[in-house]
This record gives sequence, structure tokens and C-alpha cells, in this order.
Amino acid sequence: MATDATTRTTGKVRPHQTQNESLVFEKSSPGKRAYKLPPLDVPPVDLAELLGAARRDKTAELPELSEIEIIRHFTRLSTWNYAIDLGMYPLGSCTMKYNPRVNEAVARIEGLAEAHPYRPDSLAQGILEVIDLLQRCLIEITGMDAITLQPAAGAHGEFTGILLVRAWHESQGNARKKILIPDSAHGTNPATAAICGYQVENLKSNAEGGIDLEALTLQVNEETAALMLTNPSTIGVFESQIHKIADILHAKGALLYMDGANMNALVGKARPGDFGVDVMHLNLHKTFSTPHGGGGPGSGPVACKAFLETFLPTPVLVRKTPGAPGPGSETCESANSQLTWSYDRPHSVGRVRAFYGNTGMFIRALAYILANGPDGLRQTTEDAVLNANYIRHKLEDFYELPYKTGSMHEVVFSDKRQAALGVKTGDIAKRLIDYGFHPYTVSFPMIVHGALMIEPTESESLEELDLFIAAMRSIAKEVEDTPDLVKTAPHSTRVSRLDEVQAARKPILRWKPAQ
Amino acid sequence: MRYLPKSPDERRQMLAEIGAASIDTLFEVIPAEYRLSRDLDVPRQQAESEIVDYFRAAGDKNATGYASFLGAGAYRHYRPVIIDSLVQRGEFLTSYTPYQAEITQGTLQAIFEFQTMIAELTGMDVANASMYDGSTGAAEAVMMAVRVTGRHRAVVAATVHPEYREVMATYARHQGLPSTLVGYDRETGRIDMRALEQAVSDETAAVLVQSPNFFGVIEDIPAIAAIAHAKGALLIVSIAEAVSLGVVRPPVEADIVSMEAQSFGVALSYGGPFCGVIATKEQYVRQMPGRLVGQTVDGNGYRGFVLTLATREQHIRREKATSNICTNQALVALMATIFLTVYGKEGIRELAEHNLAKAAYAAQILAAQPGAKLLFTSAPRFHEFVLQTGEAPAAWSKRLLDEKIVGGLDLSRWYPELGNVTLSCATEMITRTQIDRAANVLAAAPVEA
Repeated sequence: MATDATTRTTGKVRPHQTQNESLVFEKSSPGKRAYKLPPLDVPPVDLAELLGAARRDKTAELPELSEIEIIRHFTRLSTWNYAIDLGMYPLGSCTMKYNPRVNEAVARIEGLAEAHPYRPDSLAQGILEVIDLLQRCLIEITGMDAITLQPAAGAHGEFTGILLVRAWHESQGNARKKILIPDSAHGTNPATAAICGYQVENLKSNAEGGIDLEALTLQVNEETAALMLTNPSTIGVFESQIHKIADILHAKGALLYMDGANMNALVGKARPGDFGVDVMHLNLHKTFSTPHGGGGPGSGPVACKAFLETFLPTPVLVRKTPGAPGPGSETCESANSQLTWSYDRPHSVGRVRAFYGNTGMFIRALAYILANGPDGLRQTTEDAVLNANYIRHKLEDFYELPYKTGSMHEVVFSDKRQAALGVKTGDIAKRLIDYGFHPYTVSFPMIVHGALMIEPTESESLEELDLFIAAMRSIAKEVEDTPDLVKTAPHSTRVSRLDEVQAARKPILRWKPAQ
Repeated sequence: MRYLPKSPDERRQMLAEIGAASIDTLFEVIPAEYRLSRDLDVPRQQAESEIVDYFRAAGDKNATGYASFLGAGAYRHYRPVIIDSLVQRGEFLTSYTPYQAEITQGTLQAIFEFQTMIAELTGMDVANASMYDGSTGAAEAVMMAVRVTGRHRAVVAATVHPEYREVMATYARHQGLPSTLVGYDRETGRIDMRALEQAVSDETAAVLVQSPNFFGVIEDIPAIAAIAHAKGALLIVSIAEAVSLGVVRPPVEADIVSMEAQSFGVALSYGGPFCGVIATKEQYVRQMPGRLVGQTVDGNGYRGFVLTLATREQHIRREKATSNICTNQALVALMATIFLTVYGKEGIRELAEHNLAKAAYAAQILAAQPGAKLLFTSAPRFHEFVLQTGEAPAAWSKRLLDEKIVGGLDLSRWYPELGNVTLSCATEMITRTQIDRAANVLAAAPVEA
């Protein structure tokens, strides 16, 4: 490891030891145990007699370790990760904000964490009230009319939202054929449209990176089911013509779907329901602070306007007053009313997931909303936008800014100046690691060649932002003076750049014992 | 605003630096008529202690301390303490998807270990990094079979979890993927083999069964596989109770296994987050949905791990991807990995044996009560059983609640043809005393309702 190369960074980090650790299977020895079951209080059973041919004859080769070894194993692995808890994680579009610990604590409260999804409603009123309050908060935040919390993640929310679009068009007599998707969109958008049986039609962005109204007008016709729009866009720009976009679509009977991945730029400042959006999803693991956990779990609620409500996935949460059955009684809140799931939804698109969704994430998201209140939610959005603009201002003399439109929560540069010297965005990203930061999002959105997509979120202090800016400026200088240092980064990590080509050519996807 | 690390002065200083008169300047890109000029109507900002109080009250209102016979796709097993100690380490909890391999080797190696354990348990060659849950995993498995076979019909057992079937129907509806439902044998509770044979044709992409199935009965996987394979269809086995694999023969004849791994140390949490996973044969790996971690080396020859075969995925392939899945259930998969490490080779078998013994005892003693009868006795079961009672399940359940016991699931919603039947589950978490009490409550049923 080139300690020289790291000591020459801005001084945010210093190398320290990390423990080596084999695979858990390599640490196993027969007879070690980390568990103890209580004595069996019922008669033991004869496996052969009960299971016959269905009995497992060869035990699965799981590792055998003691508890201290397991603690050390996973603790050692954890120290090889970068995390928000360690420092700024400026992944554009991913919204790596602080994950409050009270969220974790309340999600583990026994009466909530141990609730079986099929327990009777009478034993589930507590969790149902949590779900109900979260639904009402999210409806208010988005300015929509109805919501489902069932989708398990953002892409699953997109799937659900486009199913609502499809069901509505079908109810109008024609499901229509295509979904328009801007070239700046997340990959999940076209993948979702395809799964819902729609053709994907690409919509080219205009010179400002936004929707080209003329192109849109030309492309929208009676076969267009919807436009999937990310707003603010993936270059962090608010579609200032948003109401015209909605009008163009609605004039042809098409709907406006909003990918809410960037909703953290709008909470408390503007509501999609107010600017013409018909249906949208939210990512609770982005805007509402539930942890990313190394890739999940997420949660992707879908909010919609009233005319789409009838199509929401089953079941939906309703309030019932005992002794007064009937549709009218489902909405009135009274002292002895009870929350319950309604399965009687003849127009529903169906179920998108077993049970009711990632409930544990609902608890965390609601805890976050309660911790902030209306003033805190607004300040959070303002700080996120302030941070992104501060970075933009401090770096625009060093990196090319392809779109000059005002930034909201993230800023996208390109590697144009550095690429001319042979150094690409991916190299700069890897060099950032040596400076003690997680890289920004690399090479996305695709409308920016060699993109550096930076989203600081509201969770960064001025001190951390200044360290990041200093690191980025220092790397820009290194690109001119010592480009090889950048191109071979990172120099300070446990492993250097990994051979991805070899991994894909002859995939080794599981451990096997040495023969 | 305790999560925001800036003083008012710092905010002013930053605005001055970027030349903005006020924060509102930065929001002028939003047309004025769409800017919200009022407070959101959400509860006021709360102290941490108030938040804890609110959720504690919700938990209390839910009620605690009940024994439970509920299973049906969500299982109560003991969760070793170290699971939460470890997954709450910030380096796991607050890390992103490991796209930057040099600084996420911890997550990557743990996923590689998860993939290995799932492959080992299911008897498949490879497993992915996780799916949302068992229901969406089963639907994605069917779509995968369509890609592998180029065929567009599915055959689904009526003994697959009804909610899984509903999810599959939602996914299949717009894919031009009709499916045929195959009923069950009233004696065994297994899929009706003769009907299956008739349903599978040269156009069948996949046969989807669950084992142990929704009735808790273990399907005859080799025989089902023979029928599917004879017509060139793939066999997908859905496993909702992963602990069963400690004693139940893995479905090695399957082409794809879709498993719900919630039983491996994941809290019930009113139905989620859980942990789906898809495992398959090596030759189908490039048609798999979801993320995969592979082993490789770094520039110095050290072993390391990376996300691999990403050309299947939406961020590269867009509308031609194998799935639209992006975020999965990584932290929950880590819980399962830790759980399986704690129990290990011997523990998972012993745990499964205890479950089998508890359920055998419960089934026997409950079926011995007046008016009660155990259904599907001529095929092997794991830890769930279907009990027919003289009285309506709701009546028994109501009296059980008075004894602080949550009874099994009333099956009339999905299988009205079976009459008064309850699906009950007995895991290692239920005691003999509680089982005996449930039997006494059943015995105390009014003779004539």
C-alpha cells in the first residue's frame, strides 16, 4: 500500500489496521456451537417414521463456530465497509442521509416487532394506527389523495404505479401501448414499463437537461399511457414547465407518473399533487431516513389522485365503526371505530406483495416525520438544497458543469476537463476514497458524458462539506500533476481495484470446500 | 431539527458565499404557484422521549404476551441476541449497495456467505443476494422460467400460499402469461398428481409448487419434477418455511427454488421486511433476477468480492433487464446469515427437529378432542397442520384469546370447501403447557352450537 499517496491527501484520514478474516466456512470446525435449545418438553420424534422419503439425509454444510468467533467475524467484516456513520456519502440520487437511531429502537418494540401479520385486528390496532398516521402524513406531504404502502421498494412502487395507470386506461376502454421515459431516467423506469406490458419510448432531454416540450407534444398521442418523470430530474433540476407537461399529457388522455426518488428536494416546499402529478412513488429509504442496510430493505409507497384510488392493491386500510356495516361507515372516525383491512376491492390491480408491505420501515419513517414536524421537514429540504448549491459554487471552477440550470438537492458535473488529460470520472471517484469519502455516483445520468453526480443531503456539516470540496479540488490538481496517482487509486484500501472481468467471465458465486 | 448539523450563522455564511439573498432564492426554480406557503399538516416536532412513548403505546395497544399458533408464511422463531447487535453496527446499517467494492468488502463477503448457505440448504448450485420476499420471489421465478424456456404458460398448485398466488397473478397479468390452477388431493393435501399431469403441456414454462405447502404438507418433489420435466417445463419450488430444510430433503430436482428466509432470525414485524431469495442451477444463472456477488482478485492477488453479472440488471440493460428489481433486502439477508452461523450445521437440524416434535404433539392432542379431526394425515408434514373442528374456527379462536392464546388461521377465506378448518403452526416457541391449554379450550366447546 502506497502510504505516501495517502499522506499527501488533505488530512481527513489516516490509515489504520483492519483485521483479516476468512470466509465463515473456512473458520468452521466440527463440534463448535453458538446455540443451545431448551430441553424438548414434548416427546421426541422419529424422523424416519414421520418424514419417510422426505427426510433430509445429508445435513447442509453450514459453519460451526462459537459465539465470540461469530461476533468477531461479522464485526471484522463490518470494519471493511464505508458508511454514513463514518462520513459523507455523496451518492447522487441515492440520498444517503443520517439514519436516526431512535427509528431502530422503536421498530424493535416488542408489541410491534413481534406482531404476526394474521393476528386478529383486535390485537393489531396499535400497528394499524401507526400505518394510518403514516399514510395520512405521506398524503399530506405529496398533496395526493390516496396511498398504498404495500410495495417493497422504489422499483416495486413504480411497478404498482404503472399498474394503476394501466388499470385506469383499461377502465376507459384502451390500455394504450407505450410509456414515455426521458433519457435521463433511472434504469428501473424502462424496466418497470416493460414488466407492465408497455413499450418504452425514449424522450430526449432538451439543452437544459429537462423535458423538451416540443418533442413531448409530438410524441404524446392516443397510444401514450403515461410519462414517467423524475422531478427534480436526475441532474437535480426542477422541471419549471411541469404544469405544461401535465397539460400536454392530460390533453391526450395520458397520465403523469412521478418517480419520487428525489422527493427529498420538495418535502415541505412543493407538492406533486399540486403540480399535476397523477401517481407517484416514494422511497422511504431515501427521503424518510430508513437505513439502506447495504442494499435494502426499502419501501416504496405509491400515492395517487382520487380517480385512481379504486385500483389500489388489496388490501387497503379502512376505518370501521362496529355495528354499522356498509361503505358509508368506513370513513367516519369515532371513539369506538376500528381500523381493518378491506379485501373487497373489485377494481384493484391485485396484490403486489404478501401481507401489507415492509411494515418495519413504516415505523421508522413515521418516527422520522415525528422527529421533524412541519418545520423540521422544511428545514431539512432547505439544508439539502443549500448543501448541493454550496458544493456546486465551490467546485464549478474545477469541474465542467454541463447544465447551468439552478440545482436543487444534487449537482451533476462532467469529467470533460479531466478526461482530456486521460482521467475519467471513475478514476476521480476511486481517488476520493483515499481522501476519506465515499465516491459520488459515477457515469449517471447517461445524458451527461462522464458524469459526477453529487448529492450531499442535509446531513453534512459545513466542516464536512469543506473537507469534501478540498478533496475534490486537490484531486483536480492531481489530475494535472500526477494523473497516474488518480488512475491507479484507491491506494489506501484493504483491497485495490478488483478484477470485475474475471468475476463475470468465470463466475464464482459460492464457496466450496477445497477438494 | 436535531438531525441537522448547521447553526443559523453557518447557513447565512453559506448563502452569502453562493451569492443567494435567502434560502428562498434557491427555490425560485419552482414556479411560484406551486411553492407551498404554509406548514405541512403533520404532527408537530416531537422530543425523542415522546416518540418512544408514542410507539410504546402503539405496541401496548397491539397487546403482547400471547402464545400463538399462527404461521401461514410468517413464522415465530427465537432470534439470537447477537443478530441485532451485529446488524445495528453502523457500517452495515448505514452503508449503500456495494457498488464501490474497495470500501464495501464487508457487505460483499457477507452476501457471498449468504449465497453459499442458501445454495447449500436448498441443494441448488447458486443463490442470489435476495429478493423482496417469498411472494414476489415466486412471481419473479415464474418470469425467469419464461425467459429460460421461451414458453408462456404456468401451472400453479392450489397449495401454494394464496397470497403468493395473488401476487403471481398480478405480475403475470400483463406478460401474456396465463396460468392453470391445479387442485389438491383431499387425502394427502398434496397437489393432485393426475390433474397436474393433465395440466402440464409442451407450452408450459413452469410448474410452481410450494413445499412444505400451505397446509404444512411436504410435496413429493421427485414425482412432480418428473411430470414437469417430461414436457420440458421447469419446476419451481417455493419454500415459505426455511427452517424445514433442517430436516426435510432439499428439492434438488427443482430448476428454481424461491425461498422466504424470514424464519432465519427475522422479526415478524407485521409482515415485513422479510427476505426472499432465488436459487437455481448453474446453467440458468444469466436469466436470474436480482443482484449477485462473485469472488475475484484485486491487483495484488488478494481475494475480494464484487457485484457481478450486472448486465442482467436494470441499471445496465434498462427495458431488456431480467427484472426491474434494484433495492433488495440486504440487511435482512445479513440477519439470516448470522442466524445460520449461530445455529450452524447441527443447530439447524436440531431446531427443525424440535419444530417437528412440537407440531406432532400439538396435532395429536388437538385432534384427540371431541369433534376435532386432523386432515391430510397420509402425507408427511413439517410444523403446520390443518384441523377440522365441530365449531367454527372463529368461535374457538375467540375463547382462545380469553386464555391469551392466538389460535391458528381460519382457512375458510381461501378454502371454503374444507368447512370448519384451521391452519395451525407449532414452532420451538410454543410450550407444551400452552398446547395443552389450547386443547382444553377446544374440548370446552359447547356441544351444540
